[in-house]
Amino acid sequence: MEETMYSLDPQHESTSYAEVERWVSLASATALMAYGFSRRTLPGFCLAVAATPLAFRGVSGTWPRFNDWGSDDTRVALSGSRGIHVRESIRLERPVAEVYRFWRNLENLPRFMTHLEGVTDLGNRRSHWEAKGPAHMKVEWDAEIINEVEDKVLGWRSLPGSEIITAGAVNFSTVRGGRSTQVSVHLQYEPPARRAGALVATLFGRNPASMIREDLRHLKQLLEAGEIPRATGSLT
Amino acid sequence: MKAVRFYGTEDVRVENVPDPEILNPRDAIVKVTTTAICGSDLHIYGGYIPTMEKGDVLGHEFMGEVVEVGRDNHRLQVGDRVVVPFTIACGRCYFCKEQLWSLCDNSNPNAWMAEKLYGYSASGLFGYSHMYGGYPGGQAEFVRVPFADVGPLKVPATLSDEQVLFLSDIFPTGYMAAENCDIKPGDTVAVWGCGPVGQFAIQSARLLGAERVIAIDRFPERLALAASKGKAEVLDYEDIDVTDALRELTGGQGPDACIDAVGLESHGTTLDAWYDRAKTSMFLATDRPHALRQAIGACRKGGTISIPGVYGGWLDKFPLGAAFAKGLTLKMGQTHMHKYMPALLERIERGEIDPSFIITHRVTLDDAPEMYRTFREKEDACIKVVMKPGERTLAQ
Repeated sequence: MEETMYSLDPQHESTSYAEVERWVSLASATALMAYGFSRRTLPGFCLAVAATPLAFRGVSGTWPRFNDWGSDDTRVALSGSRGIHVRESIRLERPVAEVYRFWRNLENLPRFMTHLEGVTDLGNRRSHWEAKGPAHMKVEWDAEIINEVEDKVLGWRSLPGSEIITAGAVNFSTVRGGRSTQVSVHLQYEPPARRAGALVATLFGRNPASMIREDLRHLKQLLEAGEIPRATGSLT
Repeated sequence: MKAVRFYGTEDVRVENVPDPEILNPRDAIVKVTTTAICGSDLHIYGGYIPTMEKGDVLGHEFMGEVVEVGRDNHRLQVGDRVVVPFTIACGRCYFCKEQLWSLCDNSNPNAWMAEKLYGYSASGLFGYSHMYGGYPGGQAEFVRVPFADVGPLKVPATLSDEQVLFLSDIFPTGYMAAENCDIKPGDTVAVWGCGPVGQFAIQSARLLGAERVIAIDRFPERLALAASKGKAEVLDYEDIDVTDALRELTGGQGPDACIDAVGLESHGTTLDAWYDRAKTSMFLATDRPHALRQAIGACRKGGTISIPGVYGGWLDKFPLGAAFAKGLTLKMGQTHMHKYMPALLERIERGEIDPSFIITHRVTLDDAPEMYRTFREKEDACIKVVMKPGERTLAQ
């Protein structure tokens, strides 16, 4: 998991500032950094580092934003390495085509993802998702598939207006000389800064990786063994 | 139904619990006709097995009659008489396909618990803690058997319950222990522990062609059984120095293979055994590996250490240096039951072995609390207890 404090945002590149102001910023920053680093002392180093935002302004024409949770577009909120990243994978003894087909039918997902209540395929690569939130609250969002290569990869993102900002991809590959299939999930979601983010965090528990791992284990059990093992009446 | 339940260290009770139900498509419900207390149940009884909870139904050696089958179970029919392996396996994952049935990927609902302790989880087990799945066990009138289309072995009416019951665990466990020794003609195998698994390991070593078997224990009745039924030379470790005796018996070379059929509650008379007792009693160590240490020390160079005895946690003063210096091979793990059961049933049918020789006590389920104590204290020359749950029909 990683979080990045800021990133270059293409949407804001066009923000207009007088060219002269940008050149002044860049020149001042360069001077400060050159001076600071040339001192070869801790205060000098600090001065140089402190001039970084000014340099950023000089190049991009805008101050770096350290806390931009303003957009619910996944391309903004989760661009680059932003957001919380979860990576988990599992191997199973089923043909890759079968595993892909099962996953591509998104309405199958609640069968092995225990926090999901339902997924409705809206057609045209769009789907509606409902999950169990904390205190019996329901969390809903719409998503679209943005990348789809049969038997290889499935990528999706939540749509603007959703309660959740998330994106991810599942990669399907054959391993062990083609005898087994490996499913690798890379899930990204906005860290808990806003209400929705907090909901997601609660949804995934304190350790989102362990929840995804359990879901993948259920997928494997369902496809290999035909059922999810249980010792009691309830799946926990 | 009536069932034997765990309540804490040295506390088991016979109580009424709800009848089991089919929960998954491949399940079956078995009406238990005969069940047994296993030496490894005594590890639970002694409080050595983590993630046991109050009220858990014990027992993993059982057989009986199929009374109900799930909709996807096309191999069993109501009325079939079956022996059920103590390890639960799906039959379709990588490990099952590789014949490593006790390492099944898909049968432990609580795999995450075992992963925390061991890195990866082995298969689910009946009545053997929540870390191994939390499945109710077979010391009961009825049991739900998951993946019952691959586990239970149908047995012919010509053989009695007592002849086939031990296919559920201890006979295959002793057999795999001997097979792990990679026995060649002329080999000598030493077996630590002459309890039920040790007895079957001794007999299996003979079946697999060992020239000599040396059995080590301290209870006269167990050594006598090893000598009479297993044709083993016997050593009482309270009378003699086992390492010296083994050296002498093998012309200074040591046994070709050593089997530790004792496990984590080993007794001993040497200094390290007292050290283990002290440390485990102060919770500074979890297991007492005295027999294993001795086996590693006694084994010949390039030999094999086979470990059917159960270990659960961290071992202290483990002589890895000796194992390394002598180039030993260590083999261990829960038994890959499904791999061995059919062939061993054939051996029983051919009369090569009658596993019922091990039974010393025949009781009802109600006697379980008393018999756990008797078996643990090895009172009354107790070696193996079988229990008959009695007659009752499943409530619909």
